Amino acid sequence: MTETAPKIRLRDVHKRFGPKAVLNGVDLDIAAGESVVVIGGSGSGKSVLIKCIQGILRPESGSITVDGEEVVGMGGRQIERVNAKIGMLFQSAALFDSLPVWENVAFGALQAKGMDRKAAFDLAVETLSKVGLNADVAELWPAELSGGMQKRVGLARAVATEPEIIFFDEPTTGLDPIMADVINDLIVTCVKRLGATAVTITHDMASVRKIADRVAMLYQGKLIWVGPIADIDKSGNPYVEQFINGRADGPITMDLRR
Amino acid sequence: MNFLALIGGVFLGFLGAVGRLARFAAIAVSHMVRPPFYPRQVLRQFLDIGYFSLPVVGLTALFAGMVLALQSYSGFSRFQAEGAVAMVVVLSITRELGPVFAGLMVAGRIGASMAAEIGTMRVTEQVDALTTLSTNPFKYLVAPRLLAGLLMMPLLVLVADILGVFGGYVIGVGKLGFNSGSYLANTWDVLETLDVVSGLVKAGVFGFLIALMGCYNGYHSKGGAQGVGMATTNAVVSASILILISNYIVTEIFFAR
Repeated sequence: MTETAPKIRLRDVHKRFGPKAVLNGVDLDIAAGESVVVIGGSGSGKSVLIKCIQGILRPESGSITVDGEEVVGMGGRQIERVNAKIGMLFQSAALFDSLPVWENVAFGALQAKGMDRKAAFDLAVETLSKVGLNADVAELWPAELSGGMQKRVGLARAVATEPEIIFFDEPTTGLDPIMADVINDLIVTCVKRLGATAVTITHDMASVRKIADRVAMLYQGKLIWVGPIADIDKSGNPYVEQFINGRADGPITMDLRR
Repeated sequence: MNFLALIGGVFLGFLGAVGRLARFAAIAVSHMVRPPFYPRQVLRQFLDIGYFSLPVVGLTALFAGMVLALQSYSGFSRFQAEGAVAMVVVLSITRELGPVFAGLMVAGRIGASMAAEIGTMRVTEQVDALTTLSTNPFKYLVAPRLLAGLLMMPLLVLVADILGVFGGYVIGVGKLGFNSGSYLANTWDVLETLDVVSGLVKAGVFGFLIALMGCYNGYHSKGGAQGVGMATTNAVVSASILILISNYIVTEIFFAR
């Protein structure tokens, strides 16, 4: 039996900020076309994990490969080449507020791929339509958009260059439940249409159940449970059970002063 | 012993900061000369620094020239040396006041806005977004600003020189009763190429330092609004201090005998 090499592989990844070990030996394989959702409390290192894969942060030790290429210790040009395969939706959308919406969406095509501005505008309008926004939005500025629209523009920017890998950082945080569901649906549609590998980090269990093929839970710098979404309600892991049910009582304790 | 440790700690901290700044500058300069280039970003910065700073720099230089003419007339008249007013105005403006005043005004206007813009981009993850879109933030954000600072400040100072001398001329001829032709002749006779060139070199150095401090502080800002505010303050203060220090160094290089 032959085993397919994972699209993304993490081995014993350690990352600390001062005395605090944020990632403390993370191992994870993500197959091509798979949608993995990483769950965990605030400050558990989920965003750090994604930033390490993208080369924005450098782990102290361990190995991260994308398509078999080692990312840890890569130079700027090589990181840019790896990131050309990756799209990302940021928690705050992180739209460039000095550029109109269409230039935000087509940024990757304009700057990294050298597309001419007319073609880039057409690409932006077409991509915006795929996330349910009409052409009028293209000429607006990010500050003129609502939170939900900014998220959709961020999603359009993430998928505009048809990346092989897409990261979603807290895609539904700060949105009302209906808009959150719209975003979840758009994520599923976009990922399936592109056949992309998706890594999502969230605390929103509705998102997890909608988006995930597989779920990984990060706690105290380690992945304490990894399994298919179908098994999450019968994981047998008290940490996972407490988290998915949102209970204050359980093995995960918050340091609160009473 | 603790006091010595404190001094040592401060000194080591200072060396560390200088090292980080030098490394940042070296990386940024290396990106200024290596493709890809972003001409739209460069043009935007040229306009922001070179064109939109013209009113504030022009007004500063104009009034500096006017005040200089008044003050030097009032001082020199005690020694019956009023004829030196034109010389004092043109040399002071071209060698010192033009570049230094322009530098300090641009540090306040542009250094602050660079730190605030890049700082906001940093804390709202826009800088990270650039990286994920295969665009090097140094190339896209820092290099165009350094290039614009380096090239636009000398042009601004050239305009400031002309307006400063004009301000002195207006006061000299209009208020102090100098003959227009002889004032201009005095100005022209005393002026040497080196006076203007040294001022323009200073301007280039100041422009680079203003942009460097704006970008460095913005790029390393942390937290939210408070962090961006601190970055903006640090950018203006550090650029102003560096302008005054580098002014002495360049003057020493050009004019020390």
